[in-house]
Order: sequence, then C-alpha cells, then structure tokens
Amino acid sequence: MIAVIDYGVGNLFSLVSSLRALGAEATVTCDPAVIRSADRLILPGVGAFADAAAKLRQTGLHDLIRAEAASGKELLGICLGMQLLFEVSEEYGEHKGLGLLHGRVVPMKGVVPPSLKIPQIGWNQLHFVRPHRLLRHIRENDCVYFVHSYYAADCADSLVATTEYGAELTAIVARDNVMGCQFHPEKSGNVGLRILRAFCESEGKR
Amino acid sequence: MITKRIIPCLDVRNGRVVKGVNFEGLSDVSSPVELARYYSENGADELVFYDITASFEERALFTDILREVAGSIFIPLTVGGGINTLEDFDRVLRCGADKVSVNSGAIRNPDLVRQAARRYGNQCVVISADVKRVGGEFRVFAKGGREDTGMEAIGWIRRCVEQGAGEVVLNSIDTDGVKKGFDLEMLRAVCDAVDVPVIASGGAGSIQDFVTLFREIPGVDAGLAASVFHFGEIAIPALKRALRANGITVRIEEDAHDGAD
Repeated sequence: MIAVIDYGVGNLFSLVSSLRALGAEATVTCDPAVIRSADRLILPGVGAFADAAAKLRQTGLHDLIRAEAASGKELLGICLGMQLLFEVSEEYGEHKGLGLLHGRVVPMKGVVPPSLKIPQIGWNQLHFVRPHRLLRHIRENDCVYFVHSYYAADCADSLVATTEYGAELTAIVARDNVMGCQFHPEKSGNVGLRILRAFCESEGKR
Repeated sequence: MITKRIIPCLDVRNGRVVKGVNFEGLSDVSSPVELARYYSENGADELVFYDITASFEERALFTDILREVAGSIFIPLTVGGGINTLEDFDRVLRCGADKVSVNSGAIRNPDLVRQAARRYGNQCVVISADVKRVGGEFRVFAKGGREDTGMEAIGWIRRCVEQGAGEVVLNSIDTDGVKKGFDLEMLRAVCDAVDVPVIASGGAGSIQDFVTLFREIPGVDAGLAASVFHFGEIAIPALKRALRANGITVRIEEDAHDGAD
C-alpha cells in the first residue's frame, strides 16, 4: 500500500486516481499508524514552502517522515513535496526542510533569463544525468508538466534528471530510498504514469 | 525547452459536450469522458472544460462529470463557466480541476481574483477575457461576449494579473468563429502588457494559423480552439508535426514503449 501523505496542502485527487489507474493501492492519510504500515510514501504539495514545512512540524509528520526514510522506506516527493526533501529553502526567507537530501531550494528568478516567464508553467523535456530506476520506462527528451518558481540547487549527489528552461533546472532527484520530481507526474500523461509505475515497482521495504 | 501547448476547449451542457463529430474509435462523440480521453491520447497538452449550464441541477451534473474526467485522464484540466465565488473555485477544485478560469465573475467582483489567488495560489487562477474592438480601443465584454463593459481590456487584464491571475486566456470576439487566424494585434498587446503565460483563443481555422501564431508572437504560450478540433478539421497530431517542422517546440508522445526493464 502507498500512503499519500495528507497535510492539508494541495489537491490529491489526480495523484490518487493515477496511482489507482496503475493498479496500485493508494490511501490518502495523515495517520501515523497507516504511514508506518505503508510500503511506500508519497509526499505531495503545492503552495508556499514555509507554510508546508510548518504544517509538517505541527502535525508531527516531519519527524515521522524522517524516521520512516531513515528506516529505508521508499519516499517520493512531488513538486513542493520534492523541495521539502532538501535541507533549506530560500522562498520568502530561509526555511528548513526535511533535510533528507543535500541542497537548497532557490528562486529561478536571476538564474532563468528575464525573457522567460516565472513560474514555468507547461510541458518541458527531461534530460537524464545518470541512470536510475525511475527512468526505466521513459526516454531522454520525454515531456512532463511543470508548475514552479523555485528549484533545487547544489544537489549534484542526488541529481538524476534536469530540464532546460534558459538554465539547467533540477527535475528528478534520488538518493537511496528518497526520490523526488519537481514536475507533476500525475499530470504528465503517459510519461508521468510510467514514472509513477517505476516508483511503485521499485523495491518496497517495511 | 518548454513546449507550446495545444488546448481543446469542450463546452458542456446537461452532461454532454455541445459540439463535435465522430472520430474513429470514439463511440459517443458527446460524452465528455470519452472525448477527453480521445484528446488526451491524441496530443492535447491540456483540456478546458467550459460549463455552459444554467440551472443548479445541471451544475451538479457538471461536477459529477468533471470528477469522472479528472479520475481517468492525467493531463492538466482547466474549468471555466459559472465561476463567481470562492465556493465555485472550491467546488471544481475538489473534483480534480487544476486551474479555474474566471470571466464574468471577475468583472462582477473585482476582488475575486485576488481572493482566489491568495487561497489557491496564482498558478490556479486563469483570467479569461472576451475582448472586442470598440471605437479604436480594446474593450472587455461580459456575459459570453454579449455585453460591453466599457472597460479598456489591456489595463483590465494587467490589473487581474497584478492581483494574482497566473495565466491569461485572450479570446478575441473580432476573430472568433471567422476561422481566418488568431488576432495577432490583440495578442501582441496583451503579451507586451503581462509576464504570465498567454493563451490565444478565437480565429483558428487551419494548421497554418497556429504556425503563424507561434512564429509571429513568441510570447504566446498556447493556442486554444474548439470547433476546428471537434469537427476534425484539424487533427492535433498533424498540427503538432507541422509545428515541429516549422521549428516550434511541441510535445509529441512517441508510441507507447516500456523501455528495457
């Protein structure tokens, strides 16, 4: 069973529907017992980093997710959920994340040329940096759907794929059992479903 | 590189898509779920569902259908029509919409965009403007393009973006239905005025019209159309191949492949 962690941030309807379309058993939950008993965890999220990080702390999910990840359970962060995996974000001040991956979340403004719009909204191509099982069903240059104004930097040790938006931006990260996508696989058509399938297939651990 | 998006718009009334013809492999052309799935498997980058129902009962039916569509296709969905309050945003977002398009609702209540952007984020709020030339200026029209609000359009769109609209759909009443191409002059004026994605609507009659749109105005992010897609006059895969051949970056999903496991 996959636990989609519900901490009051964002719309989980499409994510759960896409997991079920793949035949996976998915439960939306904030119940620690359910999260502990799950085979895998997905941390979704849209909105502001500081609010989301605060909600994870208030609900005790911050420590729970860290403990589950430390035990080797597979965790996939999506969009803001991916950004929360990192040590720190510079979105409106400096805010601590889960610290499961090395790196910091920084504004695209100043990195992306002024001629490009921020947020990046739309389909962009993936460029593979190193082989990883999340990529096993997709190809270089496949398109996925992004909506973001910040990106993960200084994360060379977890970088799996990038996308080009006037600059090379982090698209997929992974280190051991902790993985993340900046884009929305649940909104990325067949390519997105294949990435979710690869996550569901990968070695689960209790 | 980010790709230019192609977006079919489906008008839904009484649980059915209002216009369309039969495509090969599509048994019920006016089934929103079937048509959405067809488009999603044939190159649409996003879908817009427009609720043109009048009664409360029909509105409930629309949200049921929306839930079914959102549960079975996995590309971005924008919902518009009858969005007047934050409760309306909530109603369609809970059914799986990703973005909500406001038109007359933002004209009637100038604060709606700001409130919605604050609650749901800018990326969720799309301002849809019906614009027509009147006496040498661009004017915003309300009620599906029937009523001149007297407001100058470019300034109004800019104010909506300042209040938090994350995307703009510009529908030119002057070119809508004419099928002689998008309103390049009007689109250029809007692209110069705002720094959020601009979606062109109104006037597409041929593949060449989309090529011209993206070539002439690089600031336009997407092209939206309804009848030329629904009547099969333009097939999206052929459109995308033509765009690519003209040096415009588009998303073309290769045939299903599983890679090497």
